[in-house]
Order: sequence, then structure tokens, then C-alpha cells
Amino acid sequence: MNVHSTSPQFKQNAARALHDVQLQKALNNVKQGFIDKRQAAADKLPEFEALRDSARDIKNHTLEHLDLYLEAYEEKVKASGGHVHFARNAEEAREIILNICRDSGAKTVTKGKSMISEEIGINHYLEANGIRPVETDLGEYIIQLRNELPSHIIAPAVHLNATQVEQDFRRVHTHLDAKRDLSEPVQLLTEARAVLRERFLAADVGITGANFLVAETGTSIIVTNEGNGDLTQILPKTHIVLASIEKLVPTLDDVSQLLRVLARSATGQEMSVYTTFSTGPRRASDADGPENYHVVLIDNGRSSMLGTSFEEMLRCIRCGACMNHCPVYHAVGGHAYGWVYPGPMGAVLTPSLIGVDKAGHLPNASTFCGRCESVCPVRIPLPKLMRHWREREFERHLTPASVRSGLGLWGFFARRPALYRLATRAAMATLGFAGRQRGRFTWLPFSKGWTKYRDFPAPQGETFQARWQRERKGRTA
Amino acid sequence: MSARDEIFANIRRSLGVKGSETIRKQIVQDRLERSPKGVIPARGQVSGEERIALFKTMAEASLATVTEVSSTADVPQSIALFLRDHNLPATLRMGDDPRLKSMPWGDTTLEIAHGPSEGSDLNAVSHAFGGVAETGTLAMISGHENPSTLNFLPDNHIIVVSAKDIASDYESVWGRVRFAFGKGSMPRTVNWITGPSRSGDIEQTLLLGAHGPRRLHVVVVRE
Repeated sequence: MNVHSTSPQFKQNAARALHDVQLQKALNNVKQGFIDKRQAAADKLPEFEALRDSARDIKNHTLEHLDLYLEAYEEKVKASGGHVHFARNAEEAREIILNICRDSGAKTVTKGKSMISEEIGINHYLEANGIRPVETDLGEYIIQLRNELPSHIIAPAVHLNATQVEQDFRRVHTHLDAKRDLSEPVQLLTEARAVLRERFLAADVGITGANFLVAETGTSIIVTNEGNGDLTQILPKTHIVLASIEKLVPTLDDVSQLLRVLARSATGQEMSVYTTFSTGPRRASDADGPENYHVVLIDNGRSSMLGTSFEEMLRCIRCGACMNHCPVYHAVGGHAYGWVYPGPMGAVLTPSLIGVDKAGHLPNASTFCGRCESVCPVRIPLPKLMRHWREREFERHLTPASVRSGLGLWGFFARRPALYRLATRAAMATLGFAGRQRGRFTWLPFSKGWTKYRDFPAPQGETFQARWQRERKGRTA
Repeated sequence: MSARDEIFANIRRSLGVKGSETIRKQIVQDRLERSPKGVIPARGQVSGEERIALFKTMAEASLATVTEVSSTADVPQSIALFLRDHNLPATLRMGDDPRLKSMPWGDTTLEIAHGPSEGSDLNAVSHAFGGVAETGTLAMISGHENPSTLNFLPDNHIIVVSAKDIASDYESVWGRVRFAFGKGSMPRTVNWITGPSRSGDIEQTLLLGAHGPRRLHVVVVRE
């Protein structure tokens, strides 16, 4: 079983989020920061659009030959002295990880940021089995203290303000002076650095994710700005890499193409601070590094997405640009989506992984403005894929009866153009007449969902089609 | 059926392939052997002084500091000066890189320690395998010469790079790695470093020195 989801309650989640003052304040940071930074980085690189095409093509090529690249990768990892484990689902992955930790006699485990580790819910599982997992990415550390899921895939604590972080640090770091000054964000960072430095040095096992896996060399790659992923993997005796199977790319040249679009799309950096290429365990020529190197390759629903219209989603490199540019994400934040992956990419991926019956609201929570697709570094047609989910939801009779009967009624008229024109003309004339005084309606039958929040503008009395006909006639005459 | 076999069977069923098709195997083999280059930005495709200048500009844009010295003999003095200017203690940890070892550290008052870091060092120096002008990135290779812990544990990390090792693009560095380690092989770790450690996790405010070095200082050796 995957980590628990509240996606079925999306509507309630969203309503709560809209009224959460702290959250709304924090979400302003997303709107202001990420968009401009990405644009500036893209503008500075004339080849950016060509690199996006290249990135898309590399991922498509790899997915079409995924079985063969996985075999090549596995062989290379083994040749470099590492171990490869395969997990069909979250349970198997957790079991494999626990066994490796037990074999290493692990008491504490440090963790780099990894979305797949959230997906399989590894932290609670390790805790339940007497092993203490410590998140080391600053944002992940903060949300671990709060027992929350990340609200953003690259900025997990973006929903919080500094005062909330201060409260959490005071609550948890009780060994420190209660009167210490934590009024500046840098003081919070310094405190976390000192607390986590001890954890890094004490950990028995380090778990990281992987942004990419390279078939050519059997290499796993992590990309961070903090350096926490590196301390997680070079200090303990054992390094475990968790990766879903679609992280593969063929060669070092291919991954360099993807790295050129990743940071620019994510944070607007030319390159992230630390890009780390790891191949196997410590060697005779090494003075440091892990003695054991394990890779856990996790399917958890991916292989079934291949060959379907949702295969395109497997190109995703988890940069977060789609949510950074999404008006729905800006309004409700990441937690409202109710599972691990928020925003447009979550709206497409979540139904694939936990079922459209549970996550059907997510692809509906879109204005279809298309900004997500326009910034996606691997050009995933996110709006199209959300529409596919809506169609499937409809086909499987998961949409509410009122929506279905409304769509049915509309479909009846739409298939009969003459009747459609007659009906809309009558309706618009009536509404135009009724609203001629105020120019708007504060109430209309069957339209509470609209008029509860805003007025409905009164039609002019003429339909669009009628006006089109009239003006076209005027032009040709 | 083992998890491995079932995952491969699922992938092949979804893709509508057997896995034994000669043409597919050939395509994959070919790509792994030829490793075709993709789109290489024109920005880095400059040479000589222009390339060093670009590297410097980009490294500084990533909030690293950069000094140039004319020969390896000048490196210790330059580093001693950097530490003094920032009111840092005159201590320095390094691996046993022969290029670093042969430098005249005795000309300075620096207290030198050797080997990997245990987590309490304030300053460390490493020698880079190469640099990338395109983004001001340094490429580090693990080993007793330059232990990986030195890249991350000290507060102040100094990286020495030879001007001749500063390449236009990442692909050129991979070319050198392949030449040194063999095509298809890698050192245990390659670290690309672009600036000092940072985090934006608190209110999207950029703060330096999250878990890794608070300062990254680069010494470019021109000889």
C-alpha cells in the first residue's frame, strides 16, 4: 500500500486552504519567486527551447527501450560492486530497505530528499521497526518535525512561514537555550545545520533518491543545493539509492542535456550547486565514502503506464515548474491535492498511481490555462493528460449524477445544431431582457456554484453564433 | 516469478516487445557506445582568455569567489591571504594530491592537516579534475588525493583548478573522464560544484551555508 491519501476530499481540502491565512501568505512566495527566476534563466540561454526538445526526445527514446537500458544499467552497477534490488510496489520496496538497514545494524538513517521515498512511506515504516529516519534537506526536516507531507516537490516547506518554523524548532530542540534569538531565517538555518551535522556523523545508513540513473556507467545522480544529499551518502557505511524505473537515461551526454533544463526550470539557477554522480561503493583508492552501495528500483505502477497515453508523464524530471506556474496550486497549495505529488504533474500522476476513483478531483482542478505545458522542460502535455483522466472518469461513471445529466442535456442540444441555436437564442434573449437594468445577476436558478462567489454578467441578448453570422454577412456584402 | 522478472515482463508487455529484437538491441548498444552529444550551448564555445573569463564570471554569479595566480608556487600564499582576509584560522586540510603536495606550503604559516574530514575542520583545499566555463562549475573526482568529505564538511572550501583544465562544456569533461577511467567506467564519485551550499527552504529566501561550505573560493592556476 502506498502512503495514505486525502485526494478524495480535494474539495474540502481546497476550501480549507483558501481560508488559511498563514498558507495564503506563504503561497505568495511561490507566485513571486519562481516564475521570474525561471524566465530569466531561460532568456539567458538561447538554446533553451532546443534543449527542451532534446530532453523530451532523450526521455522518449529511453522509455521506448526501457527494458534494455535497465538491463545495461543493472550490469554496470554490479560491475562497480553495487547491488540492485527490484520492487514491484511500495511494500516490497520498504521490506528491501528495512532488510538492508537491519543487515547494517542501523539505529539511525539519514535521508536526502526523495519523492519516491514519500510515495512508499518509508519513514513511518522504519520508525515502526525501531529505526530512526532523519530527513536532512532543510525543508524536509521541517515538515518531518510537523509530521506533514511535502507541499511542493522541490520546496517541501513552501507552505510555511518563518515564525511557524521557529515554533517547531523551539518545540523540538529542547536541549538548546530557550531564550535564544531565532527571529532571522539565517538563525533557523544555522540551528538546523548544527543539529543535523550531529545526525549526519552518527548515521549508520544514508538513503537518497536519484534524479537520474545512467545506463552507460551504472551511475546514480542527485542534485541538491544544500549538500545534504552528499553528507547523507558519503558518511554512513551504507548508501541506499531509491529510484523509480523511469529515472533511467542512456549516457552521461544525455544526462547533461537534462541537467541543463532541470535547474533552470526549477529554481532559475544555471546549475544546481551540487550535482553528484555516484558509481558503486568505496574503492581501494578511496579515503572516504560508503562501503556498501544498494540501488532499489521501484516500479509501483510505472510499467503499466508505458504504452498508454500516460506514458508521456514518465518523462517528468520533477522540477516543479508546472506547479510554480499553476493558478490552482497558487490558490490552494500542495496539501489540498491530498497525496505526494501536487500541482499539474500530481493531477496527472496521482490517478495513475492510486486510481482515478480516489484522485478524480485532481485532473478536474484545472483552469486548462496551459501554463504548465508551456514551461515543462520535457514538454509533457499536462492539460491533454488531465482531459484524458476526465474522459476516463466519465466513462467509468465516476462523475456526479448532476454533472452527467447536465452534460447529457448539453450533448442532446449540441448534436442538433438548429435546436441548439433556437434554444440558446431564446435563453440569451430572456436573460438579456431580465438583466437589462443591472447588467448582472446575483442569483440564477441552478447556478449557485457560480453566483455564490461572484455575479453573473447579463448576456447582451444576442448569441455569439448569431453575431458571427451577422458580422460575417456584413463583411462579405 | 521474481519481482525483477515480473517488472521486465510488464515493461515488455506494455511496450509490445520481447526484449530479444536485434534491431532494438542494436539501437541501444549503439547509443551507449557512441554517446551522441546533444545541443551544446554556444555560450561556452570560446577559448583562451575568453574561456577563463567566462568561467570566472559564471562562478562568481554562483556566489563563489575566484582568484587567479600565475603559477602553482603562488597557490599557498594566495590561500593564506584569502583566509586572513576573511578572519579565518590559519588551518587547512587536504588529501594527498601530488599537485597540492608539491606546492610550497612551508612558505606560509598555515597549519596543514591531511586526509578525509571528520566534520570539525573549518578550512579545506581540493584540486579539481576540471572546470566548465558554461556555468562556472568545478568537476571533482573522489579518491585519497581529494577525499569527497572535503567538498562538503568544512565551512570554507577552496578549490584549485588549472586554467588548462577549464573546458567549454560538461561534455568535454566527460571526454576526459572517459579517457582517464575508460569508456563506460566512472570514479566512485564525480561532484559538480557550482557555488557554495545554500537553501531557499525558509520563505524562499536565499541563505548560504545550509549543510555544505558557507564559502567556496576558487584559485585558477594560469601556468
